[in-house]
Formats: sequence, structure tokens, C-alpha cells
Amino acid sequence: MVSLVLPRLAALPAAAARSLSVMERNAAALRSAYWLVMISGFLEPVLYLFSIGVGVGALIGGLTLPSGQVVSYAAFVAPAMLASSAMSGALAETTFNFFGKMKYVKLYDGILATPVRPFEIALGELGWAMLRGGAYSAGFLAIMTAMELTTALRALAAFPAAVLAGFAFGALGMALSTYMRSWQDFDLMASAQFALFLFSGTFVPAESYPALLRWLVELSPLYRAVELVRSISLGEVGGAQLVDVGYLVGVTALGLMVAGRRMAKLLYK
Amino acid sequence: MTVSSDGALIHARGLRKRFGEFTAVDGIDVDVPRGEAFGFLGPNGAGKSSTMRMIACVSAPSAGTLRILGMDPLRQGPAIRARLGVCPQLDNLDPELTVRENLTTYARYFRIPRRVARERADELLEFVQLTDRAGSKVEPLSGGMKRRLTIARALVNEPEIVLLDEPTTGLDPQARHLVWERLFRLKQQGVTLLLTTHYMDEAEQLCDRLVVMDGGRIVAEGAPRELITRYSTREVVELRFAADAPEDIAGKLAGVGERTEALPDRLLLYADDGDAALAQVQQRGLEPAGVLVRRSTLEDVFLHLTGRTLVD
Amino acid sequence: MGSLAVLEYHLVGYRRTWRGSVFSSFLLPLLTMLSFGVGVGAYVDSGIGGVPYLDWIVPGLIASTALQVAMGEATWPVLSGFQWVKTYFSQIAAPLRVVDVLGGQLGFVLLRVLVSSAAFLAVAAAFGALHSAWAPVTLLLVLLIGAAVALPTIAFSASITSDSYLALLFRVAVIPMTLFAGVFFPVESLPPVLRWLAYLSPLWHGVDLCRSATLGVAPAWSATGHLLYLAVWVALGWLLAHARFRRRLLD
Repeated sequence: MVSLVLPRLAALPAAAARSLSVMERNAAALRSAYWLVMISGFLEPVLYLFSIGVGVGALIGGLTLPSGQVVSYAAFVAPAMLASSAMSGALAETTFNFFGKMKYVKLYDGILATPVRPFEIALGELGWAMLRGGAYSAGFLAIMTAMELTTALRALAAFPAAVLAGFAFGALGMALSTYMRSWQDFDLMASAQFALFLFSGTFVPAESYPALLRWLVELSPLYRAVELVRSISLGEVGGAQLVDVGYLVGVTALGLMVAGRRMAKLLYK
Repeated sequence: MTVSSDGALIHARGLRKRFGEFTAVDGIDVDVPRGEAFGFLGPNGAGKSSTMRMIACVSAPSAGTLRILGMDPLRQGPAIRARLGVCPQLDNLDPELTVRENLTTYARYFRIPRRVARERADELLEFVQLTDRAGSKVEPLSGGMKRRLTIARALVNEPEIVLLDEPTTGLDPQARHLVWERLFRLKQQGVTLLLTTHYMDEAEQLCDRLVVMDGGRIVAEGAPRELITRYSTREVVELRFAADAPEDIAGKLAGVGERTEALPDRLLLYADDGDAALAQVQQRGLEPAGVLVRRSTLEDVFLHLTGRTLVD
Repeated sequence: MGSLAVLEYHLVGYRRTWRGSVFSSFLLPLLTMLSFGVGVGAYVDSGIGGVPYLDWIVPGLIASTALQVAMGEATWPVLSGFQWVKTYFSQIAAPLRVVDVLGGQLGFVLLRVLVSSAAFLAVAAAFGALHSAWAPVTLLLVLLIGAAVALPTIAFSASITSDSYLALLFRVAVIPMTLFAGVFFPVESLPPVLRWLAYLSPLWHGVDLCRSATLGVAPAWSATGHLLYLAVWVALGWLLAHARFRRRLLD
């Protein structure tokens, strides 16, 4: 028995190390232009927060939540912007960049000639996307705290929630990328992403949606992420958040599994 | 980690690869002992690259046995790949990294410590004569430089077997000779080389032993000289005629030399003594516009075995 | 005449890709209208200046759609024309002038702007968001906005060799303009420095004109001033783009 189990246990750190080596490659590829794109990616949700949260918020005033708590519109929108930016950051890295590396640069064909396996590449790329997404989230939470849209303690608690959202979308993006045929498919994905952004309880409470949309939105992973982050930052955590966490963990696992399998199929021809 | 009983690093029996209806490799037997330079010679589509991908453990065999370094590629892929070096047909270098970073990051995929990776990168750059381009990006390099860098990358884990898929295809003659010279040095160091090529001169230069592939099958096997002796004559007379089709001329040459092959643009006359055969041609009143007497090559072996030329 | 031949080339290409662009250049603004105009609008109790929030943002969304379509068509396709597909070089090898190549490209950009905006305007009419007989004038205004932003962008796209700067352009120009140039809330509520930046942006002038046309209210600033300011962008943009095209194609 022992001899059967031991090699597997020994294989785990090796796989982790190989995933790390994929992240190392991305760190080595960091160049000035990429930095600019990364910093501007951080600014995007901040701009939305100021425009919609503060600008439009001035026209709205306070918002009464289903629980009866009244919050400023900016405090309501900010967590949704955080969740959305976790989504778009993770998707940018795992779809656009990932697809380019796989299909055009043939980067992974080279890596597969080494002991690194497809699943480990997927894990390494996702880990890298999370480093980037985590930095964005931390910065945004700092801004939210400074604007008094949440408390420092709640911001600390919301951080892992935002990272989880990033993992879910990163894994989903990678699985989707393996089905993409050309860049045109990415236009479609970007449109779907924007539609999710508009209708995931982001700008108004989902309770105010028409009935059909109200139930459809329950399926949206972004809605789950928004609900999770918002309930933490507004101090309204309840049992429903277990569903949110379970859903996002499920999406992450499923996405990674599909991505690993599809990559093996595409690359191990 | 036992190597199979006859000492072969690569051992294949009845190896097949199918893609849907299409059979790329149709049951081949191969044994490559340690230290040998072994070649797969054949035209495009002969099944060479598919065979190489199976040996590189990035493509699962459809049928047959395949053992590499005594291991099963399906179950022990990472352990096998740790001891292989692969130089693919098309360079897939990392365009976002510098020449040197291409080697150091690649070394990390083998879990080679950073310090060792840096040392080895410098040694290898020296070996492939790219030291002065270490800090450059990959894109501005010439085709020959990129190819040499890919070869250096394949050596970063000090592999026991190096797989080279068409190592000099697309390179100019000078760049090809530089690559050959480096590969010859590797061979002298005792590294087992496996290469595919559709250039007979490359096969003759580098391979101790080779198989000729056509349509997914092995049609002949042996050392280059051996194959030529077995399947061709010592010399060949190439005849070009101004107006007549080579097929028509062939009919008039019955009994001259051992045999003839009519190609669209010329007629090949196989004979052990080329000059004597040529004299006989002229005695029959034929006046070729161009004549070349040369020694037989693997190209002639291939033509004899398949009725087709290697490069079209 | 040469410009028409170039325009025809672009239209032939468009026949293959128009389906994708219908989604992004028409459906997405429509969804934005539903999400903000209807969704968020329900929470803006008193509207803006007596106008319901939906009706107030519709002209802003039309103008910003014009901006996004124009910028989209003036970036990657232009870079590709020089860098990847190299269409422009094959056009200039025919007996066409630089003016024809640039004019044909601009014509195609404006046609795309016009079609997207017209579709949007029709939907807005169905929602009852248009309050003035001047509303059809919006279609002329979007052409002006489109040319004002497309021409300098074409000049920029003709000056670069890598597309990494284009993503950046969207983040530092298109998104901030869309968010702060009076599309979603009045620029008067911005702090002074930002307000002046908004006044400088071509989009604000376009939004104010479009809003005046669909709502039948007086613009926040002189209509002639708006038109002249946009015309300056068009004129300078044309000169820049023409110089850039000339250098790339003829030198």
C-alpha cells in the first residue's frame, strides 16, 4: 500500500514546482509596455467607481437594501466594481494572453517537451493571473477604505472573496480559450462579459430586475461574486454567502479540469 | 530505470499513429542503442514527425509498443521528458524573452536551480556561438541563429537523447553547415541523436544508421553507405535531352547499365562504371544536351525503393 | 472617385464580419440603455432638470457609441493596413492618391458610425425617449463626432508599429471620456479641474449637441461654438492623418 501512495505524494510538490516555473516565465517576460497596461487595468474600476458611484450616485442619494440598511450609492456600487475588475483582470490574462501563447506563439508546445504537464501549465497561468488580480483587488479595497465605503476590517475580509472570484473567472476563461477558434470569438466573449457586467446586480439590486432576469441572474458567476463581496463590505454576511462560495469554488474546479483536459487534447495531438 | 535487454534507449514494435481515418505511422519497428545517431529519411508526409512526437511523449501511440529509456511514455511522460532534448521542426522560441532568458526560463521547467541554469545558459550560448546576442530579443535573429538557439534550448537539461525534427530545413547552406558541425560535436560527446530529414546529404553526414520511410512504413534500414550499396549502383549518369521525353529515350537504352529511371526533366542511368555507360549511350547515336556522371546517393536509394523523389 | 473604390474595398470585407459588429456596436449600447436608463433610472427619482433619467442619457449613449465605433475602426484596422495585412500599400500601388486611401478609410468609419447610431436612435424612439423634431439631426452630429475623434486616432494608429499602445489608448482616452464627459451625469457636478478636462474632450461637445437635438432644449454652451470646436478637431485630425499616411506610404 505504502509503495502505491508514496510516489503520488512525492509527485505533488514536483507538480507545484513545475507550475511555479510557468509563473516564473511570465515574471521574466515583464516589460515596460506590459506594466503600463497593468497599471491602466487597475485604473478602470476606479474610474467607474468615481463616475457611476460618485457622479451618478449624487443623483440617487441613499439606497435602501432588502435588509432595511440604507447605504450610499457609491458604497453599493464599489464592491460590484471590485468583483467586476477581478473578473476582467482574470479573463484578460487567461483568455486573450493565454490563447495567443497557445495558438500563435506556440509557447506551450515548447514547454510540453519538458516534464511540465498541461494541467501544470494551466495552474501556473492561473496562479499568475491571480497575482495580478490580487494586486488590483488590494489596491481597490484600499481606495474603498479611504473613501469610507467600507471599514478596514471588512476590506481585509473581502480580499480573499475577491481573489476567489478571480480564480473562478480565470479557470472559466482558460476553459473557454481552449474552445476558441479565432480572435473573432473573443469579440463575442467580450460582449458577453459586458452584458454580465451590466446585469449582475452590479448597478441596482437584483431584486429590482424583472422576474425572468431576476432568476437568470442567479446563474451568473459575476452575480455570485458581487453578492459575496458586497455582503462582506456592507457587513451583511448570511447563509446565502455559503452558496456564493460553493458556486465560485465549483466553477474554479470545473474550469481547471476542463482546461487541463482540453489542453492535453489540443497539444498532445 | 532498466533499459530493455538489448540495450536500446528507444524500442518500438508495430508502432502506429492514426488521426481519424488517416494512418500517419503504419506499424514500424525501431531500436536505437545508446550513443547512436539515428535518422528517419523520407519525403513530407512519410510519418517522420508523427513518429518523433510519439517518441517525445507528446502524442499517444494508437497501437504497438513503445519504450523510451526503458519507460512507458503514456504513464511516465514527465520522467522521460526530463531526460530528452527536443528541437521541433518550427522554432517555438519565446518572443517576449531575450536569447539568454529563453534558456534560463526553459531550464526552470526541468527544476534546474537558477544558478546552474545561468551557468549552463552561458556555456550553451558559447557552444552555439550566440554569446554576443545573449541580451537580444529573439525576433531580430536570423533563421540559422534561431535554429541554433532552439538546439541550445534542447540541451539545457543535459539530455541523454536529443530529438531533431528537420534540423536544417529552410536554412541557407552556410547556416546548415554550422548546425551540422555543432550536431557532429554533440555526437562525439556520446549524446544519442535522433533526427528526421528529407535531405540525403544531411542523413549521410550525420547518421550512423537510418530508416527510409514512405507512407508511414519503413521501406529500408541500414547505414547510409550500406543502403547505397544494397539498393543502387556505384555511379549514376544523369542525361538531359533537348526535345525528346526521357521516357522515349529510356526505351532506346535497353542493356546499357543496370537500369534507368525516367524523371520529368532528366533520365538517370545506373551503372557501376558511369563513363563506360555514357560511351555506350553515345555509341547508340543519342546526343544528350547535358551530362553528369556522379556517385550514387540516398536520393537514388529512395527513388529506387519508392519510384519517387525525396524533394519535389 | 478613388476614395469610392477604397470604400468599396472596405465594404466587401465588411460583408463577412458585419454580424459580429452588430452585436458589439448596437446591442451593447442598447443593453447599457436598459441597465442604466431603465435600471438605474428607476432610482433617480426626480430625473435631471425635469427630464426622466433614461431620456437624459439616451443622447449621451448615442454620442458615446459614435465615439467607440469610430475609435474601434480607426485603431486596429488602420494599424493592420500598414503593419499586418498591408492593405494601404497595395492600394497606393494602384493609381490612387494618399487622399483617396485616407478618404476611403474615413468614409468606411463614418458609415459604420452612421449605421450604429441610426439603429440606436430607432430604438430610443421606440422607448419614447425622443422629445423633439430636431432628433434626426443627431445623425449628422454623430458623423461630425465620428470624424473629430477618428481622424486624430487614425493619425496615431498610422504612427505606431505595435498594438500594445492601442489597448492603452482605450483606457486613457475612450473610457475616461465615456465616463466623465456628461454621458451619465452632468459635468457641472465634477470638481473644477476635471470639469475643464471634460470641456476639452470632443465627446462632451457632441453629447451636449445630441442632447439638445433629442430633448429639444437649449445646449449648455453655444451651438455654434460646439460645432466650430468639433470642426477644429476634424481639420487638425485630417492634416495630421494625411501627413502620417503620406510619410508611411510614399517615403
